[in-house]
Amino acid sequence: MANMPISFAVLLDRPDIWRGQVLSRAGTPTISCGFPGLDAELPGRGWPAGALTEILPAHEGIGELRLLGPALAGLSKRGLRLVWIAPPHLPYAPALAAAGIDVANLVIVRTASPKETLWAAEQALASNACGAVLAWPQGAKYAELRRLQIAAEGGRAPAFLFRVPEAASESSPAPLRIALGTSDGGLAVRVLKRRGAPLAQPILLPSMPPAVRGKNNHVDRHPAAPAAARDFSARLVHA
Amino acid sequence: MAVAAALALAPALRVAPRDLATETEALLGVAGWAAQFAPGVALEFPDGVLLEVSGSLKLFGGLESLLGRLRRGLAEMGWSSVLAGAPTPRAAFWLALVGKQKFIGSLAELEPVLAALPLEVLRCNDEALAAFEAIGVRTLGELRALPREGIARRFGQGPLAELDRALGRLSDPRNFFVPPARFGAALSLPAEVTQAEALLFAARRLIIQLAGFLAARSGGVQRFVLSLRHRDKAATEIAIGLVAPSRDAEHFILLLRERLFNFTLAEPVREISLRADDVVPLAGHNLGLRFEQGKPPGQWEHLVERLRARLGADAVYGLVLRAEHRPEHAVFAGELDSKQLHLDFGERPFWLLDRPKRIAEIGAVPHHKGPLELLAGPERIESGWWDGDDVARDYFVARTQSEALVWIYREWRGEGGWYLHGVFA
Repeated sequence: MANMPISFAVLLDRPDIWRGQVLSRAGTPTISCGFPGLDAELPGRGWPAGALTEILPAHEGIGELRLLGPALAGLSKRGLRLVWIAPPHLPYAPALAAAGIDVANLVIVRTASPKETLWAAEQALASNACGAVLAWPQGAKYAELRRLQIAAEGGRAPAFLFRVPEAASESSPAPLRIALGTSDGGLAVRVLKRRGAPLAQPILLPSMPPAVRGKNNHVDRHPAAPAAARDFSARLVHA
Repeated sequence: MAVAAALALAPALRVAPRDLATETEALLGVAGWAAQFAPGVALEFPDGVLLEVSGSLKLFGGLESLLGRLRRGLAEMGWSSVLAGAPTPRAAFWLALVGKQKFIGSLAELEPVLAALPLEVLRCNDEALAAFEAIGVRTLGELRALPREGIARRFGQGPLAELDRALGRLSDPRNFFVPPARFGAALSLPAEVTQAEALLFAARRLIIQLAGFLAARSGGVQRFVLSLRHRDKAATEIAIGLVAPSRDAEHFILLLRERLFNFTLAEPVREISLRADDVVPLAGHNLGLRFEQGKPPGQWEHLVERLRARLGADAVYGLVLRAEHRPEHAVFAGELDSKQLHLDFGERPFWLLDRPKRIAEIGAVPHHKGPLELLAGPERIESGWWDGDDVARDYFVARTQSEALVWIYREWRGEGGWYLHGVFA
């Protein structure tokens, strides 16, 4: 072994070694996230398949699901199952259908405890029978997340874990960690951790749902008095 | 040996009466399991199962591989076994009976081997054995050396005919065993079991037997029932349902483990039995020609069954869209893989609250973690007079102080007021 000449370039070519400036060419396949600006900053240009991706929204309702919309829509149209484990509310199928997700491929899993959530997520990832796994674990520890990462490895499904923003300060085995905040009415995506150079600047994505952004409805920046609200052109729906 | 003599030698001996019915049942169970390895299975009561394996050797990768599978399976079901093979069924059984794990390929080789076997293999009565002993005949070889007419006159044609069958000189037709249409097997436990998880070990034996039974019939089951018999109480039944028929023993065991994981026994268990009534045809797996990279894709049905076994049957569900204007009625939890309508609902949030949450109205402005800023609306939804859940609401998209988007409505019926109904996540 000692006599064998080792070329430095060969060593650097290994997919599991990355240099400071270069994003790793991911050894694992990825799924495009549908936002070119974000894709460019993710190793392998997309959400990693067979690995954990942590998503830490500053609070509920800032666009954490819309961020995944295009990727989930693509997966579900290929007939792959999207498994939602212990979501905090009812995933509302009409909105998901409007985002292009095939509702027939949605599967909701309800659990009674955080432990069951982790167990179900591990089963789903280890089975390698899902298109994507979305899980809302509560208070998961490093060792538990490590189990999930091992279960996900080698699989084809991206695994999204939604965690509280405070989790950003804990270390995590997930190779990709994303924090979400708001900035100028848009969604600010901060890449906390990725395989490659850290990213200092957040990436801004439009945050409004389509109808609010454009289309027909009136947008009022000021808190509206109900009297004024009543003057909006109402879309009447009578059964 | 008499019981008294045995007890004198080993005072701690536990004497149990022989239970022939259970023995026969066990033999039938083994035969049903073994039928997966050979087209012809015959029984040799009370302790032998004959398999005609010459046609199966190629399929199972040769004799050694087949024997390995037989040994492993029998051990997993908790049986000790002696396997032997010969060109004639009678000879194979005799070899097994004396504990010789020999495999003889031709009739020519068979003769010297059989000659060395003791006369006991003939299973004739004690009187005849004593008579043979008296004339100095102990092995089959010595019996064959005597003149045939003399033996026939003294002991009847029986022993000679048996010997001729073993050597292939007389035909030896057998009735093949026909496995029953349903599966049922029981196992009484050596000691009462109080821990549900400990039952898994015993249940495993029955499940291996079930899987073999199903493989023999090229079938699968969608439901099987493990019933636990107690001393006093009525039996506890644990039914395991599957999304798709299967005969995968490991999968069955996994499902059972998840079910037993948080199961409390009403009473200690003395006996377990496994039952599967509806056997449906199930084709085997085809292996792919190409090796695929990464982990092989798993079976979706298996995942669903595992999740349901542990979390409950209704913990895993799909969503079904319905042509309904009221947001909470537009979707319901339904079967997986339900057919979906293509419907256009206006702007809807990704999260819908389980029930609308009343929010404050301060100075004519709705408040949710601070005053809300109305961005779009109203969308009037007025519907549902026919089922008593009548609504009249104006929905708005609103922004909270922390720039989250929420879906709120103002109720026009009853006491009115503002409600939070969804979150644009």
